[in-house]
Amino acid sequence: MLKNITMGQYYPVDSPVHRMDPRMKLVLTIIFIVTVFLSHSFVGYLLLLAFLVLACRVSNVPFRLLLKGLRPLRLIIIITFLLNLFFTSGEDVWVSVWVIRITREGFLQALFYSLRLVFLVAGTSLLTLTTSPVALSDGIEMLLSPLKVIHFPAHELAMMMTIALRFIPTLLEETDKIMKAQMARGADFESGNILARAKAMIPLLVPLFVSAFRRAGDLAMAMESRCYHGGEGRTRLRVLKTTRNDWLALLTVLCLLGLIILEGIFLKGVLF
Amino acid sequence: METDSRIELKDVSFTYDEAPSPALSHISASVQPGEFVAVLGHNGSGKSTLAKLINALYIPSEGNVVVCGYNTKEEKVVWDIRRRAGMIFQNPDNQIVATVVKEDVAFGLENLGVARDEMIPRIEQALSAVRMSKYADSAPHTLSGGQKQRVAIAGILAMEPSVIIADEATAMLDPSGRREVLDTVRMLNRTKNITVLWITHFMEEAALADRVLVITDGEIRLQGTPAEVFDRVEEMQEMHLDVPPMTALANSLRQKGMPLPAGILTVDDMVQEVEKLLCPSKSVT
Repeated sequence: MLKNITMGQYYPVDSPVHRMDPRMKLVLTIIFIVTVFLSHSFVGYLLLLAFLVLACRVSNVPFRLLLKGLRPLRLIIIITFLLNLFFTSGEDVWVSVWVIRITREGFLQALFYSLRLVFLVAGTSLLTLTTSPVALSDGIEMLLSPLKVIHFPAHELAMMMTIALRFIPTLLEETDKIMKAQMARGADFESGNILARAKAMIPLLVPLFVSAFRRAGDLAMAMESRCYHGGEGRTRLRVLKTTRNDWLALLTVLCLLGLIILEGIFLKGVLF
Repeated sequence: METDSRIELKDVSFTYDEAPSPALSHISASVQPGEFVAVLGHNGSGKSTLAKLINALYIPSEGNVVVCGYNTKEEKVVWDIRRRAGMIFQNPDNQIVATVVKEDVAFGLENLGVARDEMIPRIEQALSAVRMSKYADSAPHTLSGGQKQRVAIAGILAMEPSVIIADEATAMLDPSGRREVLDTVRMLNRTKNITVLWITHFMEEAALADRVLVITDGEIRLQGTPAEVFDRVEEMQEMHLDVPPMTALANSLRQKGMPLPAGILTVDDMVQEVEKLLCPSKSVT
């Protein structure tokens, strides 16, 4: 049962977006987030939507997967919507019952802010859907490496991420084994209320932690014996290369940003 | 390849922090270049400590360990020693760092700062030497124990070592995995003249070595060729160590008066000797 867990939400197909340099994808995602915040009208949102649909098409990722990323955040999106709906003052009153007043302005603002969240999540999902966790950690290391000057541990961070990724399947397998061993001795992980079930996890977690620490000790020794001494003077097998596609994507996103800025200047408050 | 791949232990003692008695006391031994030496001992005998001393993971409390001409006590040469003396550990899962086989083989080279262009052929050579080329792009957790150990060997091989130390590298494997790993290392020993220190508690494995060191309670009790060591059946049994079944049988038969020579390790040896006794005229090949 634990074998079926996939790592992150990476959608492993081949596409120009999948082949892009992870550094570029990270940068583009940041620009996209800024663009979303700069957008001031529904016209801007139409542009953003058009961009996301296009990006989805190019990356061979089904659009519904992009929306699937919204599920864990649905509560926050609904609350944002409701708060804005009920607590925005305005002149064009639609409904007025007791203390609740729903206005046209309130409705539009509620829609606007919840859609902003939707765009933010969908845009970042596109990054994690098209970039494998290893590539992502590589990209983060490279982007953060200038910060080494101020002693930011960029290499160590990426090494930790890689090792964590490497050990996820190993530890899952072990969890499965311990679980079965405890179940064979009558442990019950499934019944009872949430407190009882949490308590039942203790005999699972304690051996798992002990073994994880032992593995960490072993691995540290194995790494040292293979001459690991931090990031200094280290070369890399995996290299990141930016290609023409990367610059094309950058151009597209910058165009989007430009359009949104123009929209902000000319259409500010039009649909408000 | 280095010409001097000798390992020299001179009166070495080692005590763990806060341990009441030393794990190893006054060990002196040497391993010649190109030799395949097995270290035999049961759990807690100090044989793993010995491996870690040679790789400069531990520094002796007393005495000197000299590997390929470098003394492990000198801090400057630690990386030189570890590059020349590669180590394979017991648990195949806990020594693989990367999420893809070829990247794990690259790990040691990356640490040494080898240029990428040079890295790629060295990885290919190392993987083909352990016959794991077709798994270059696999994820380690999809491999069997024996295959993982071979990947670990490739990771060391890529660094072009002159010594391989296997610290119970087969202890967690099934019989076929054990065969795979042992055969790989023996082949490397013969073809590339890599010195091997094979630490084990399986006497069948020790029987294949050029020389055997028997360690008990942190001391070397016996050493010599497998035939010399295993013929001392009583001493071995006293140390709770097994001898090959044929050696034990030959010993019993000898005590009953059958004139069998010493040095019988395998069924083939036994067949040969018994045939010689039964029909002395027939020449046995």
